[in-house]
Amino acid sequence: MSNNFFFIGLPYAALVVLLVGSIMRYMNLGFKISSLSSQFLEGKELFYGSRPFHWGLVFLFFGHLVAFLFPRSVIAWNSVPVRLLILEVSALGFGLSALFGLLILVVRRAKNRRLIMVTSKMDVFVYVLLFTQIVSGLWVAYFVRWGSAWFPAVLTPYLKSIFLFDPDIAGVAAMPLSVKIHIVSAFTLIGMIPFTRFMHFLVYPFRYFYRPYQYVIWNWDRKKIRSSRKLVNGVRSKNN
Amino acid sequence: MDIRSQISMVFHLDKCIGCHTCSIACKNIWTDRKGAEYMWWNNVETKPGTGYPSKWEDQDTYKGGWEKNGNSISLKGAGKFKGMKSLFHNSNMPVIDDYYEPWTYKYENLFEAKEGDDQPIARPVSLITGEYITPKSGPNWDDDLAGSEDYAKNDVNFKNLSPAEQEAMFQLERITLHYLPRMCNHCLNPACVAACPSGAIYKRGEDGVVLINQKKCRAWRMCVTACPYKKSYYNWNTGKSEKCVLCYPRLEAGQAPACHHSCVGRIRYIGVMLYDADKIEAAAASNDEDLVQNQLDIYVDPNDPRVIAAAKENGIHDSTIECAQKSPVYKFVKEWELALPLHPEFRTLPNLFYVPPLLPTMAFVNEEGTYETTSENFWGAIEKSRLPMGYMASLFSAGNEETIKTVLKKLMAVRLHRREETVGDLPKEEAMGAMKDAVMDKEMADAIFRLTSLPLFDQRFVIPPAHREEAMEMLESTADVKGNSGFGFKEPPVRGL
Repeated sequence: MSNNFFFIGLPYAALVVLLVGSIMRYMNLGFKISSLSSQFLEGKELFYGSRPFHWGLVFLFFGHLVAFLFPRSVIAWNSVPVRLLILEVSALGFGLSALFGLLILVVRRAKNRRLIMVTSKMDVFVYVLLFTQIVSGLWVAYFVRWGSAWFPAVLTPYLKSIFLFDPDIAGVAAMPLSVKIHIVSAFTLIGMIPFTRFMHFLVYPFRYFYRPYQYVIWNWDRKKIRSSRKLVNGVRSKNN
Repeated sequence: MDIRSQISMVFHLDKCIGCHTCSIACKNIWTDRKGAEYMWWNNVETKPGTGYPSKWEDQDTYKGGWEKNGNSISLKGAGKFKGMKSLFHNSNMPVIDDYYEPWTYKYENLFEAKEGDDQPIARPVSLITGEYITPKSGPNWDDDLAGSEDYAKNDVNFKNLSPAEQEAMFQLERITLHYLPRMCNHCLNPACVAACPSGAIYKRGEDGVVLINQKKCRAWRMCVTACPYKKSYYNWNTGKSEKCVLCYPRLEAGQAPACHHSCVGRIRYIGVMLYDADKIEAAAASNDEDLVQNQLDIYVDPNDPRVIAAAKENGIHDSTIECAQKSPVYKFVKEWELALPLHPEFRTLPNLFYVPPLLPTMAFVNEEGTYETTSENFWGAIEKSRLPMGYMASLFSAGNEETIKTVLKKLMAVRLHRREETVGDLPKEEAMGAMKDAVMDKEMADAIFRLTSLPLFDQRFVIPPAHREEAMEMLESTADVKGNSGFGFKEPPVRGL
């Protein structure tokens, strides 16, 4: 029963909330989407917190994504024990780096009066969620070893079944508690994106890489507006 | 030729009295909000001094602006590679302590304090934390402190001066200062726009005002690093960057920006400049010594029929062209070549030009202990000026001393000519000689004098109309919705299903 709730109900609720919530927030509360940087109030300790934390999580996220999208390749890669070891050790390394960064970030925020002024209740919740996620992940990495070997075999089919709207939780139900916690907190995190500063994942500036450096906006482009001399439809100017 | 129009400014530094009225006018309108208290979109600095934020000119620390790489330029501390790899921690960004911690006073204590032996006082409290603080720095903390160890000695512009020249500036008889009012330059090659990963910062095509879209800003703070003038500010409360908007609501209504309008010394001029956008890239990548000249070459003559034709082709309104022809900025910058951009070596091609100060006088104390004021020495050698040419060149001409000397010669020739006209204690030949030296005639000298000393309000501020009557057409072609239906909404008149 509770398995159905946590591994079928929660994931779907989280995904729906993510989809609807983030679109609504983007459309209606554009001003409130920001990475909410606090570097301006404290810049030195942030360096030792933010960089290991973010880079750790970025690599872990893409690691999980690869295992989900290309399970066969991951299994093939792991066929040589040394490769498996390299993969596992680097994953553990990124996990520790994220934990180390998070601890510094939490301590930094707690002890600095200026930062307390810009900390919301949701930020505290975010810290608890991230802490649960990272610690449970490290626990799994150490005690439920060789995750990269069993993830493609057990969790990839489960996640695939979720996305194909044919949930099959037999495999997940048999997993140890630490793995279950990791999954539940992951879906909670996904569902909380529209309500927290996690929103900044969704606005990573990909467009910057392919736009020209300079950006000029014309309210009124006379060349494009329809005139009596050229009776073609006008183009609405690119106004903010 | 791609002709565009730009609202540009000239500040006449000889007229600035350092009263900070501009800063206060701006503060009252725009930055009297939580998170923005520390921002001074317009501020007035004392030079020599460290400025606000402290030592903002030191790009070895802050990595602002562009740098030349061969024949092209790249952002010094931001950009698609450098910026994005430091997205998680922007290493070169100033923090609040580089500006100052904003504070207010507990005024209510003056009224509500319990009865006691002592007079109640209003203690300063931080506007960030609300705790009692002792203010240790402020936006004009170095006001008038030329010659001071803490501020003037650390001026970044001393870098290229010889130790003897530096020492001379701290001798009591020679200590001097001038004010430097600063605001966003609304550059032609803005580094903040180029550095913004979100694409939130843009330059308005119609008048060249650089703005930040508050809905698109995601607080990556690259603009704060990239702007070499440190005129993009991070609002720590809203998590968005903000900057000078050149009072665009006032501009569109035909009024000068508040800082300009309120200027007590009437040092500020605003007007339209037409420029050729095709030349920007090459000018921004020119060699240091050619930077000023190449920037001036971007601006085109608004009376040239070919320019007018090209401007009309680009949709520039007739009234804007007319304003460009009457522009005081064009006169100072192009016709008379009296005004120079601040720190052209940052390569952002700023649109705010300064007439460098002809410091109080260039007089010095003679052997008898009195000031030498005979005309020859009083106006005599530019080389004897209290602020060394190297210092002025570091501020206004990327180190090219000849540019500064030419401008100062012109300013002096105007003064000699007017002194000869009004006081009459100078031999006519001397005034004529000075004007000949500065390559100007009597008419030009008089025109400079009039626009400098006796300008009317409408001569200082020549602002093109925004054509509010055509405002709807600025957003859409009204003909496109002809025949549509609805009150308060527009929809093609198509039957429902």
